[in-house]
Amino acid sequence: MNSTERQLLSGDEAIALACLHAGVGLGAGYPGTPSTEILEYFSTIGGKAQWSPNEKVALEVAIGAAFGGARALATMKHVGLNVAADPLFTVAYTGVSGGLVIVSADDPGMASSQNEQDNRRYAVAAGLPMLEPSDSQEAYDFTLAAYEISERWQIPVLLRVTTRVCHTQTPVRPRASVPAPKPAQFLRDVKSRVMIPAYARIAHKRLREKLSEIAVWNQSSALNTVVEGGKKLGIIASGVAYMHAREALPDASFLKLGLTHPLPMDQIEKFIHSVERCVVLEEGDPYLVDSIRAQSLDVESKPEMFRFGELNVDRVRRILAGDISPEPVKPPGKPPQLCEGCSHRVVFEALRDMDCIVAGDIGCYTLGVLPPFSAMDTCVCMGASITAGLGLRHVLPPEQAKRVVSVIGDSTFVHSGITGLVEMIYNPPPTGHVVIILDNGTTAMTGHQEHAGTGRKLEHSATGKVIYEDLARSMGIQNIHTTGLGKDSAEFAELLKQCLGNGKLNLIIARRPCILVAKYIREYEKCTALQEVRPT
Amino acid sequence: MKKVTNVVIAGLGGQGVIKASDILCEAVFHCGFEVKKSEVHGMSQRGGSVCSDIRFGEQVFSPMVPPGEADFLLVLAPDQVEVNRHQLRPGGVLLTPDLVDPAKLANRKSFNVALLGTLSNHLDIPAQAWDKALQACFPEKLLEVNRQAFELGKQVPAK
Repeated sequence: MNSTERQLLSGDEAIALACLHAGVGLGAGYPGTPSTEILEYFSTIGGKAQWSPNEKVALEVAIGAAFGGARALATMKHVGLNVAADPLFTVAYTGVSGGLVIVSADDPGMASSQNEQDNRRYAVAAGLPMLEPSDSQEAYDFTLAAYEISERWQIPVLLRVTTRVCHTQTPVRPRASVPAPKPAQFLRDVKSRVMIPAYARIAHKRLREKLSEIAVWNQSSALNTVVEGGKKLGIIASGVAYMHAREALPDASFLKLGLTHPLPMDQIEKFIHSVERCVVLEEGDPYLVDSIRAQSLDVESKPEMFRFGELNVDRVRRILAGDISPEPVKPPGKPPQLCEGCSHRVVFEALRDMDCIVAGDIGCYTLGVLPPFSAMDTCVCMGASITAGLGLRHVLPPEQAKRVVSVIGDSTFVHSGITGLVEMIYNPPPTGHVVIILDNGTTAMTGHQEHAGTGRKLEHSATGKVIYEDLARSMGIQNIHTTGLGKDSAEFAELLKQCLGNGKLNLIIARRPCILVAKYIREYEKCTALQEVRPT
Repeated sequence: MKKVTNVVIAGLGGQGVIKASDILCEAVFHCGFEVKKSEVHGMSQRGGSVCSDIRFGEQVFSPMVPPGEADFLLVLAPDQVEVNRHQLRPGGVLLTPDLVDPAKLANRKSFNVALLGTLSNHLDIPAQAWDKALQACFPEKLLEVNRQAFELGKQVPAK
C-alpha cells in the first residue's frame, strides 16, 4: 500500500513516483533539461535508474527490458528523441511485452535548448499513443495510464511533457495501490521482434490495427474531459495550455484532451457542435488544429506569432481577442555566463586570441559564444563540433582550414563525439585537425550528472570508466595531449598553437573538474577508493 | 473565481531564489492551499537572472504569474529590481534587497531567507507553518542560522 497523503511534487518527480508505484524494473535516459530530474528522483526513491551514453542507447536498453517482460522507462529531452528516433520508429512495429513508456520533455520557448521542436509530431510519425499531462497530478496519473495502455495493446507509449509541467510543483495524491507487473520472463516471439521485411510488413499492419482500436477506446476514455461552461465559447486544449486557458477564460466550456494521439475525433466533433465559437489552444505547432481541420471540422486557431515561445494567460487572452499587435518586450535580464574560475575560460581565451574558427557543441561551454570570449562559430547538436569542424576543414582554403578547432565537453563526447573521431581517422582533412575535449568530469549544464567517462553510475557508485586517451589511441590518433589547465593560460595557448601548426590529427584533453562539483567528486572518489568495485 | 495570491521571487543564479521559493511553497502547502510553483532551470544556473513564480489559493490553474499581476515581488539582487518591476500589479508590494542588512546575518548565504522573513509579514501564514517549511528545506546544521535570518527579516516593518 502506498501512502495516499498529498505531496508537493514537480511533474518530473510525479512521473518518477508513478514509475515506482507501477513497479518499473528499469529506467534509462540521458540528462537533458527539463527531463533530468525524472531518473534522479526515481533513483532517490528506490527505483533502478541509469544514465546511458545517449538517448538512442537508453531507449534500446529500455526496449530490451520491455521485451523481457519488465515495465521500462526511457527519459529524454525533446532533441534527445531525435537521437532515439531510429529505435522509436521500429519498436512501434515490434511492440513490447512489458509496458514501455518513453518520456519526451519538450522545451517551448527554449529555456535551455537549441530548438523548440514539437515532439507531438513523433507520435504521429512513428504511430505511438501519446499522453499529455497538464500538472503533476496528471503526470502521476497519466504515467500509470500509459503503462496500462502499453500493456493492454503491447505498444510503446509516448508521454509528452513540457518545461512548465516538468518544473512546476503542484500537489499530488498518489494511489493506494497499483497492479504489479508480471515477473520478467523471456517469451520467444520471432515474428514480432525480428524486423526482417517479411515480418515487418505484418508488423506495420498490426500497428495500424492497434492504433485504430485505441482511437475507438479513446472516444470514451476518462483521459479526455469536458468542463461544462458557457455555450458561447468552447476551448479545445491539452497540456499546460489548458491551465492558461482555464484561468484566462473562466466562462468558457472546455474539451481537455489527455490522450492526444490517436485523437478522439467523434468527441471533438460533438464538442465543436455544442458551442457557438470553438478555439483550439495549443503551444508550439498547430498539431491539434491541423488534425481537427483535416476532418473538415471548423475551429479557430492561434495566429502564427503564437507558435513561437510558451503560451501564458496573457497570450491566451490575446489569441481570443485576435490581437496580433507586438507583445511587450520583457526587459533583458542578466545573461548566464561561464563561472568565475571555470576551467573552460582558459580555453576560450586562447581560441579567441588565436582567431580560431570554432565548431562548438552543447553544454555550459556554449557560453563561449558570448563576450568576453566570442569564441564559437557553430553549435548545432550533440557531437556536431567534431564532424562539422571536419567538414569545414575539408572545404576551406588552407589558411582558413588551419584555424578550425572542434570543442566538445566530456559528456557530449561520450554521447555523440566518438563516431566523430572515427570519421576524423577515416577521412582526415588535408590540413589535419584539432579536437579539444573540455573534460570537467561531469555533465555540468544539466546539473552535474555522471556519465560513462566519470567512472561512476547515476547514484555516484563506482563502475567501469571510458578513458578518452586510450580510446583515441586505439583509433590511431597519434597526437594526444592531456593538460590540467593550470592558472597559466599561456601554457594552454602554446599547446594549441603547436597543434594548429603541425598539420596532423590532434586531440587535446583539457581536464579540470567543474569548480561547482570538484568537492563532491573528491568525496565520491574517496568512496570509490574504499569500494574498488570495477566490473571486468 | 476565488482569489489567487501571486508571488514572484527574482535574483541571480546562486543567490537562493529557488530555495526561497521552495520554503514559501512548502509553507503554503502545509496550510492546505492549492499551490503551484514554477521556474525555469538550465542556463540560469550560470549566474544569470533567475525567477520563480509561486501561486496559491483555493484553486490555481496557470503555473505562471501573468505579467503585471504579481501581488508581491521579492528581489534578491539590486540590479534585478528594474528588470522585474513589470511583473508587479499596480499597488503590489515590492520587497527589495536593501530591506535587510547582510552584515547582521550570521551567514550571508541566508540572505534569501531573511528577505522571505520580510515577506512573511504580508502573508496570512502562521509562524508554525513557516518553521515547518524551514525544517523541511534545511539540514539540521543550517536550520538555526536560517531561523535567525528569517526572524531578522520579520523585524522589518511591513509598510
